[in-house]
Amino acid sequence: MTTKPETVELIREKALWMRRTAFGMVHKAQLGHPGGDFSAIDILATLYFGVMRYDADRPEWENRDRFIMSKGHATGALYTALCAAGYFPESWLQTYMQPRSMLNGHPNRNYLPGVETNTGPLGHGFPVATGIAIAGQLTGADYRTFVLTGDGEQQEGSNWEAAMTAGFRKLENLTLIIDRNRLQQGQSTEATSGMDPMDDKYRAFGFEVAMVDGHDIGALLEVLSASPRGRGKPLCVIANTVKGKGVSFMENQAKWHHGVPDDAQFAQAMEELV
Amino acid sequence: MAHDGSPTPRLHDCRNAWVETLEALAAEDERIVAVVNDSTGSSKLGGFQKKFPDRLINVGIAEQLMVGVGAGLANGGRIPFVSAASCFLTGRSLEQVKADVAYANFNVKLVGQSSGVAYGELGATHHSIEDFAWLRPLTNITVIAPADAWETAEAVKWAAAHQGPVYLRLSRMPVPDLDIVGRVFTPGKAELVRSGEDVTVIACGTTVHLAAEAADRLADKGLSVRVLNMATINPLDEAAVLAAARETGAIVTVEEASVRGGLGGAVAELTAGECPVPVERLGFPGFVPTGSTEWLFEEYGLSVPGICAAVRKVLARVTA
Repeated sequence: MTTKPETVELIREKALWMRRTAFGMVHKAQLGHPGGDFSAIDILATLYFGVMRYDADRPEWENRDRFIMSKGHATGALYTALCAAGYFPESWLQTYMQPRSMLNGHPNRNYLPGVETNTGPLGHGFPVATGIAIAGQLTGADYRTFVLTGDGEQQEGSNWEAAMTAGFRKLENLTLIIDRNRLQQGQSTEATSGMDPMDDKYRAFGFEVAMVDGHDIGALLEVLSASPRGRGKPLCVIANTVKGKGVSFMENQAKWHHGVPDDAQFAQAMEELV
Repeated sequence: MAHDGSPTPRLHDCRNAWVETLEALAAEDERIVAVVNDSTGSSKLGGFQKKFPDRLINVGIAEQLMVGVGAGLANGGRIPFVSAASCFLTGRSLEQVKADVAYANFNVKLVGQSSGVAYGELGATHHSIEDFAWLRPLTNITVIAPADAWETAEAVKWAAAHQGPVYLRLSRMPVPDLDIVGRVFTPGKAELVRSGEDVTVIACGTTVHLAAEAADRLADKGLSVRVLNMATINPLDEAAVLAAARETGAIVTVEEASVRGGLGGAVAELTAGECPVPVERLGFPGFVPTGSTEWLFEEYGLSVPGICAAVRKVLARVTA
């Protein structure tokens, strides 16, 4: 499959806007999870602007492709993606985490169009996505379901319950993407509860596995937009990413999991994110 | 024999009403699906599986996944009845019930089987006496504990038609049909089982028929006992409780559940604030020993003599 250069360029532009905007939200609120926002943003931008079928004017359209942000703390990434996709006006982003804002620290489907399910506690998105995929399999609907989890999040056992059932039921309409930035809240995943080799684990559970550079838009487009028909198994995309990607002082630093910038750091980030 | 010499009424396993109703509804509405955790047999869903093999989704022994899949099926336009032993459905997957079903407000029907102390001999791991207390603060989940086979069928029908999360708390303990004519199932409303003016017994689920029999026995002694079937624990019929407090001045609650945070807790919370009257709560004080369901009911006063004693106790507090 060949990817149009202009599509890659469009996604890059969206991702840049999302990074700048998300960091502005975090700076203003002095709350958020910018490290994980930045490792995931290229993946979300690729899905929303190069892969998924949806109509922001009809968020309940039954044949829409679904995206579940299982690492629900990365709302800077999710909210900027939904806003750029047209689900709500940009002015709403300014309310991020303010009292009674519809833009919670973790997403709520009852507040915000485009949010498919409520996440926040880890290990919830993959089981729900599995249910959505089973519904599609039952009805023969051709929508796809994408779920993004963190790599540390894979320590939650509920993911492996879902993996067993998704593999067993051959849910080819389901794509699991793991944001493999190798850092969890306090330290590296491998120093916490060794998770490699993740590809072998998912192959053993009946998944087709693809390893990609999670910041290579062309590679993400190719693996995520390939038709699942006839695959006969769910797809697991292990996206190797960099926590804090795009800002020099944030990259690969665990403290930026929920670190927030002061004015000087924000200004420097805006200079780098161009 | 009943106390008045009439023949002992026939007892029914309400699970039969549950599956017969679900199968009839599923035949009419292809959106209805069942989700189980290897609990097809204990949920009596074998017939459903034969009729609708694709629509019985067995995720294996994986309760977190089971409830998450229920939410996902609702996202995909299905009407899932997630059926499992209530101890695991509400305990093991409580965070999924909270986040994926209640907080996300998905149209999921949770069906707790073998609730209370139905698995009496298996011990406290398998008792489900905490479920009311766990689910009541999740205010958008309608919690219903039907009292008999008729009410079970009506509750299943209502749950299927209702848009929103529901918890049906079913039992495998055989119970008689309540002897009330012209019944209409109204969720959120107490059902008057016996009229009375001296005291009110508020019961739910498997204990309602015991409350009715206790009232009849006390009537023979000249006491006028109101009995309410509070099938819906959440939202509570506050008007009926407050009317009982005002009009009868004393309340006994009876439930096959912990006395902390369930029906008795709800009644005590409400009356303490709005109309303080003596309240006696019958139920289980906490973890209870191993023993048959029948033995546990007798031991903890979930019996006709136990309810009669609680009525006398609460009335003594009124006159004290």
